[in-house]
Amino acid sequence: MSADAAKLVRMANQIATFFASQPGDIQAEEVAAHLKAFWEPRMLTALLAHADAGGAGLSPLALRAVERLRVPTA
Amino acid sequence: MKDFIIPGLDGAPAFSDRDFGTPARTSQRTVTLTIDGFPVTVPEGTSVMRASNTLGIAIPKLCATDNLEAWGSCRLCAVEIEGRRGTPASCTTPVTEGMVVHTQTPKLHKLRKGVMELYISDHPLDCLTCAANGDCELQDMAGAVGLREVRYEAPPQAPLANHFLRRQDGDANPQFIPKDDSNPYFTYDPSKCIVCSRCVRACEEVQGTFALTIQGRGFDSRVSAGMAGDSFLSSDCVSCGACVQACPTATLQEKSVIEIGTPDRKVVTTCAYCGVGCSFEAEMRGDTVVRMTPWKHGKANRGHSCVKGRFAWGYASHGDRITAPMIRERITDPWEVVTWDEAITFAATRLRDIQARHGVKSIGGITSSRCTNEETYLVQKMIRAVFGNNNTDTCARVCHSPTGYGLGRAFGTSAGTQDFDSVEHTDVVIVIGANPTDGHPVFASRLKKRLREGARLIVIDPRRIDLVRSPHVEAAHHLPLRPGTNVAVVTALAHVIVTEGLYDERFIRERCDWDEFQHYAEFVAQDRHSPEAIALLTGVDPQDLRAAARLFATGGNGAIYYGLGVTEHSQGSTTVMAIANLAMLTGNLGRPGVGVNPLRGQNNVQGACDMGSFPHELPGYRHVSQDATRDVFERLWGAVLDKEPGLRIPNMLDAAVEGTFKGLYVQGEDILQSDPDTHHVAAGLAAMDCVIVQDLFLNETANYAHVFLPGCTFLEKDGTFTNAERRINRVRKVMQPLNGFADWEVTQLLANAMGAGWAYTHPAQVMDEIAATTPSFAGVSYELLEEKGSVQWPCNELHPEGTPIMHVDGFMRGKGRFIVTEYVATEERTGPRFPLLLTTGRILSQYNVGAQTRRTANTVWHDQDVLEIHPHDAEVRGIKDGDWVRLASRAGDTSLRALLTDRVSPGVVYTTFHHPDTQANVITTDFSDWATNCPEYKVTAVQVALTNGPSDWQVDYARQADLSRRVLPAAE
Ligand code: SF4
Ligand code: SF4
Ligand code: SF4
Ligand code: FES
Repeated sequence: MSADAAKLVRMANQIATFFASQPGDIQAEEVAAHLKAFWEPRMLTALLAHADAGGAGLSPLALRAVERLRVPTA
Repeated sequence: MKDFIIPGLDGAPAFSDRDFGTPARTSQRTVTLTIDGFPVTVPEGTSVMRASNTLGIAIPKLCATDNLEAWGSCRLCAVEIEGRRGTPASCTTPVTEGMVVHTQTPKLHKLRKGVMELYISDHPLDCLTCAANGDCELQDMAGAVGLREVRYEAPPQAPLANHFLRRQDGDANPQFIPKDDSNPYFTYDPSKCIVCSRCVRACEEVQGTFALTIQGRGFDSRVSAGMAGDSFLSSDCVSCGACVQACPTATLQEKSVIEIGTPDRKVVTTCAYCGVGCSFEAEMRGDTVVRMTPWKHGKANRGHSCVKGRFAWGYASHGDRITAPMIRERITDPWEVVTWDEAITFAATRLRDIQARHGVKSIGGITSSRCTNEETYLVQKMIRAVFGNNNTDTCARVCHSPTGYGLGRAFGTSAGTQDFDSVEHTDVVIVIGANPTDGHPVFASRLKKRLREGARLIVIDPRRIDLVRSPHVEAAHHLPLRPGTNVAVVTALAHVIVTEGLYDERFIRERCDWDEFQHYAEFVAQDRHSPEAIALLTGVDPQDLRAAARLFATGGNGAIYYGLGVTEHSQGSTTVMAIANLAMLTGNLGRPGVGVNPLRGQNNVQGACDMGSFPHELPGYRHVSQDATRDVFERLWGAVLDKEPGLRIPNMLDAAVEGTFKGLYVQGEDILQSDPDTHHVAAGLAAMDCVIVQDLFLNETANYAHVFLPGCTFLEKDGTFTNAERRINRVRKVMQPLNGFADWEVTQLLANAMGAGWAYTHPAQVMDEIAATTPSFAGVSYELLEEKGSVQWPCNELHPEGTPIMHVDGFMRGKGRFIVTEYVATEERTGPRFPLLLTTGRILSQYNVGAQTRRTANTVWHDQDVLEIHPHDAEVRGIKDGDWVRLASRAGDTSLRALLTDRVSPGVVYTTFHHPDTQANVITTDFSDWATNCPEYKVTAVQVALTNGPSDWQVDYARQADLSRRVLPAAE
């Protein structure tokens, strides 16, 4: 994993860790929404590319959130 | 200075300079009396002196002044009261109903003259050459009482005993004490002292340092700083200036006044250092600042100041200041001084060229928490509307971004809930991750005053900060937690409150989401959150923690103040939410004396955040994805705005290293020194094609810049700063910018060179634009600020005079949210290679990266960063006090001197980051807050070892910095 990808993975996992502790069953949506609200598109693109390449290191919740990001938004 | 303002009952000038002699009283009950035949009604408890002053009748006085409690020692203020014997002192006599007072009678006249004669007989009559000439209350009073002669005569064989003659009859005068010049900013000349003890009381009551005492008795008594043999500099004095301000004579006198002379005019403005945002009067002669004195009507500081704002403004005219623009092709070239036109064209062309080659999003900018709101607004406007992207960020990223995120989620607004006056009504205070006596000194003085009145204090900090124990202040509890365990400790406090049933159910039911509360209560009640369960992890004594929780929940009005020790962690945002939970849990919101109060680092951190500096938010904390908000700005700005968030500072640097980010405009920040992981920042900057730095000095970031645009100081421009209590304060221009343009004008030049077509001629127009676009600022205008002095946002139709206290009737977001705060250990862990935890902070005399304060005499207090280390940790490493030590983390290493102290716990070391040669940020890592990427400055695993001197890196760095600061001699 490149240094850049490793950093994005760590950041995504940190976010997922927070939302994992929150109640309810929409944690993946919340992580995705957080990423969408705070991450610049080129970071998201890099994260998606990393997920495409197997998503090494991403926590299960982070992976689920990344999948949500693929759903095109209006 | 004399004032001739007669405060009428109506139409009185709102901001009179008049000294009413004794402090105002706030009793609801009033008392009516007659003074010299005029009836007057004042609150119960008011002194006769103050009542008289409200009528415009000034009773002569020396030992009284209205920011100190009356003392009654000089007897000059005697009055006659019908039906009472003698001549009581009006400063210490409270009014009573129906009292009839005479302030000027033959008896009083004679008495006062006698008192003055006595004072003057022991005073050197060198008024013409005295620094206080024209600004001396002793002089004024001699005039006021009609003193015409001094009749004391020396007996034939011995001279009169006095304090002012160095020698008498050829012998040294034992009563004579020479001047103490040790403080860099003021002198103490005992020969002029009238022993009114105003200074002593100011140091106690206003500042709370207790550095001064009156030594000796009767005729022998003199003011003394510290112990026998101490000077002002070696004593506990923190150079706040309160005593100098209080002194009626030239005994305590600013050196700048001694040198320049008395000022001829005053302009009210705002300190440009910390987030307290003290109001000052810049006292001027021509366009020279003679002194800065705290303004008594300033609502943040109430007439008090600290050494930085009061004295450390000399950097404005420091020889290092750059006043002409400079450019260079490559960062290895020397600088070339050019005209403004050339510099701006060079910068604009390069930026546009980068965009043509690498895309619209390949450039960005950084706004400054040190610049004004108007300047910040314009920088983000330029980035969004002219650069055409959202790559704007601010150094608030690296300090308080978690506050915005955390409080926004919990309450619905990204700001502190109180005003500073609120502390006067608080009963229990939690200070967590803040060191107010150093970081926010004037707030600390106001807090200490309340603590001396009986409020209780809980300190949660790895270090034994001064507040834990200082004269007449002792914390009820100090919880010395291991760095990085804030969430665990705050959650454990909540655990105790919930499991012991100490929460405020009524408040929670009324004001918060009850379902969320129940879920939260269930979470915190789990055994794993108990003080006992986390004790090993946090190092905090469980009994102490329980007692602290009980005290906070049951001790009356509870207020929480926090600083960067909360936010600068990988769980910074979570801790902010945990703090919000704690306040809601105990019902401590929505009235004076309570609340959640972030102590902001730099002067305009709050404003920088408000003004849309963040890449995802337009002014007023509205997300760039909101169509309606973008629409407002698009129409006004005539540009299409990007609806995707831009890059944050760390992301910009990452993108730069990666090659997709090439140009940066940095206004008034020094990211190379202030941001974590210096090596990474340097690599990012070095990878860019155009770095534009706008600053006062060639700062560290400028070593990597291609364009240097000289900036100006707060003395040279108009604008506003917003302090930690959301207070919008005016900054006023007292002199022309040395560099030719105010910072907002420079931004406008650059924007226009890139095609903006802006035509602002005064910052007031920018504020009007802010008001027109941002609902929470809708009512703000320079006219309103002129009239009110200052105003706290939200200021709009609902709150036309601003909002001192938020969430009074309900939270901004409706129901307050309890958010589950699971502790997650930072990835930054100690291990065999890096067994100690480094945490960082600041000290009183220096400010942030030190660019300003290092260029003032404040360096006498702190000329280098040192490493605090516990004696045990030092001993096993063979380190002695003052040794050079090498401090290393996985990010880098540096060297500095060691200071052995048990202020830090074993296992923890501490340093400041004020000096570029130390570069504590070489050590800090790129770990950051999960929500906001606010860097984790407060926890780094390190090792410490003896060394001989500066590290190779420091030597190289200094050499490289010197090289990159070369300026070509101007062409003839
Ligand atoms: S400058 Fe401030 S701390 Fe120092 S003696 Fe005067 S009042 Fe006290
Ligand atoms: S130094 Fe000034 S304020 Fe202090 S006792 Fe002497 S005259 Fe009064
Ligand atoms: S640095 Fe802060 S506390 Fe000191 S004078 Fe300035 S605003 Fe006030
Ligand atoms: S002013 Fe009242 S006794 Fe000095």
